[in-house]
Amino acid sequence: MLVFALVFLAPILYSLYLSVFRSQLVGGTTFVGLDNYAQALQDPQFWEGLGRVSLFLVVQVPIMLGIALLVALALDSGRLYGKSFFRISIFMPYAVPAVVAALMWGFMYGTRFGLVGNINDALGVSLPNPLSPDLVLAAIGNIVTWEFVGYNMLIFYSALRVVPHSLYEAAEIDGAGQWRVITAIKLPAIRGALVIATIFSIIGSFQLFNEPSILQSLAPNAITTSFTPNLYAYSLSFSGQQYNYSATVAIIMGLITMVIAYVVQLRGMRKEP
Amino acid sequence: MTTTTLTTSAARTAPRLRTPRRHSVARPRRSPLLTALTAIVLLYSLVPLAWLLINATKTQEDLFSSFGLWFGEDFSLWENITTTLTYDDGVFVRWFLNTVLYVVAGAGGATFLAVLGGYALAKFDFPGKRAVFAIVIGAVAVPGTALAVPTFLMFSEMGLTNTPWAVIIPSLISPFGLYLMWTFAAEAVPGELLEAARIDGAGEFRTFFQVSLPLLAPGIVTVLLFTMVATWNNYFLPLIMLRDSSWYPLTVGLNAWNAQAATAGGEAIFNLVITGSLLTILPLVAAFLLLQRYWQSGLAAGSVKE
Repeated sequence: MLVFALVFLAPILYSLYLSVFRSQLVGGTTFVGLDNYAQALQDPQFWEGLGRVSLFLVVQVPIMLGIALLVALALDSGRLYGKSFFRISIFMPYAVPAVVAALMWGFMYGTRFGLVGNINDALGVSLPNPLSPDLVLAAIGNIVTWEFVGYNMLIFYSALRVVPHSLYEAAEIDGAGQWRVITAIKLPAIRGALVIATIFSIIGSFQLFNEPSILQSLAPNAITTSFTPNLYAYSLSFSGQQYNYSATVAIIMGLITMVIAYVVQLRGMRKEP
Repeated sequence: MTTTTLTTSAARTAPRLRTPRRHSVARPRRSPLLTALTAIVLLYSLVPLAWLLINATKTQEDLFSSFGLWFGEDFSLWENITTTLTYDDGVFVRWFLNTVLYVVAGAGGATFLAVLGGYALAKFDFPGKRAVFAIVIGAVAVPGTALAVPTFLMFSEMGLTNTPWAVIIPSLISPFGLYLMWTFAAEAVPGELLEAARIDGAGEFRTFFQVSLPLLAPGIVTVLLFTMVATWNNYFLPLIMLRDSSWYPLTVGLNAWNAQAATAGGEAIFNLVITGSLLTILPLVAAFLLLQRYWQSGLAAGSVKE
């Protein structure tokens, strides 16, 4: 509990404390009340970043969870050859650190010695550069999907495994087909897992940092220092020394994340039969 | 502990495997089509790893000149590994040892705390339990990265930044691990068993170590693996906490190598970045493969039942 307080409660209180001050070159640190919050809410860079991660959230998370769910259902159906090989192989990217994943995909995206460059040379076409400003968000989405499809698949699959088999047998006696079994038994049975996975994915999207920050060295023009709110908070503290404002941005993002996670949880639980 | 883990997990999975299934819903025909469709996802997952493996065998010149998914002219994997390990006075080895230190202290400690906390929350009643529940759920929702900047400022006032402590202490808390352990302990350790042990005169410590711990083993392995991955792969926290490159973990170090090519006068060492990446993921891949039966049974038992 002491450690918990030190690394969890204290930083929150401290950042709340920081967020109501402002330090200036002239006049030192002064109490400014909610001015930092007002500034953040009018900050176009903050809103652009928030818009970007929201777009990311509504596109990437459904794709990722959809693929994960399909694979989990396929594994659970018992209709696959080599099931355990599929399971462990698809899970494997989760063991790859975000840094390595981003570097790896970054190289593959690259037009110099990446696969995109290879395909262009081999076929004489010019595919659009994934690291260009228009496409870089999709490129990051692909990396994140690659990293976490297996992880989510495993969560769904584990939840499916504990569904009692007697239910399937009962369904079959009632004449239910595969599809009906999936929608009427399997999906409701793993609702808890679906909600948890969705919440973790939402948190992950809003906190997007590692992948864009690493790709930044490969695509400096496409990824600005305020590409995502988290990257913005980081740049504010460590390049701009604006600790107070950075704490404010972090708090606002934390609040937004918590509210959305809470709403998803409530919605997910309310549908419980 | 290994033997107990073995028997518990075997006992857990065995009945399911041996149950004869006559119905077609429970044991359907295998489907080549479904296998083929799932294989697309499999390829998607494995091709980048194959790319990494193949390109770790190339010299820097081959990286630029040869096709990405096939081998280059020279097979220089061993040479690349040697150069990676010796480059810049063996700094990679140093980073590797740092990572191991952070994982052992951070993930080990986090698992220890999660086991104690999860067990206590699942099996004891005490005032304020509901409040603790709310805080833990809140902590699962609050992302670690949002806390990183204030934690950095706090630690820097305490003089802890740029020391290993700055990485280890925040790693000690794993709300997800606590949550997993909590649900697992609630299911795996029957209250009656604890009652029986207490009636027989066992103290709380003895009950915990001799009765509960063996039952918790699959859950512990699962939590340990997930905290291990989290610590091994951690990037953001060490990135902001550490300035001295001799304390870097592998992740931060690799990115520093990669960024080196972009700086003026820096030597481009892409072949070392790629080989280093491969060496970084190997221990985790090995851990997952070796321990898979333990953590998978732990994960299944820990997930919410109907």
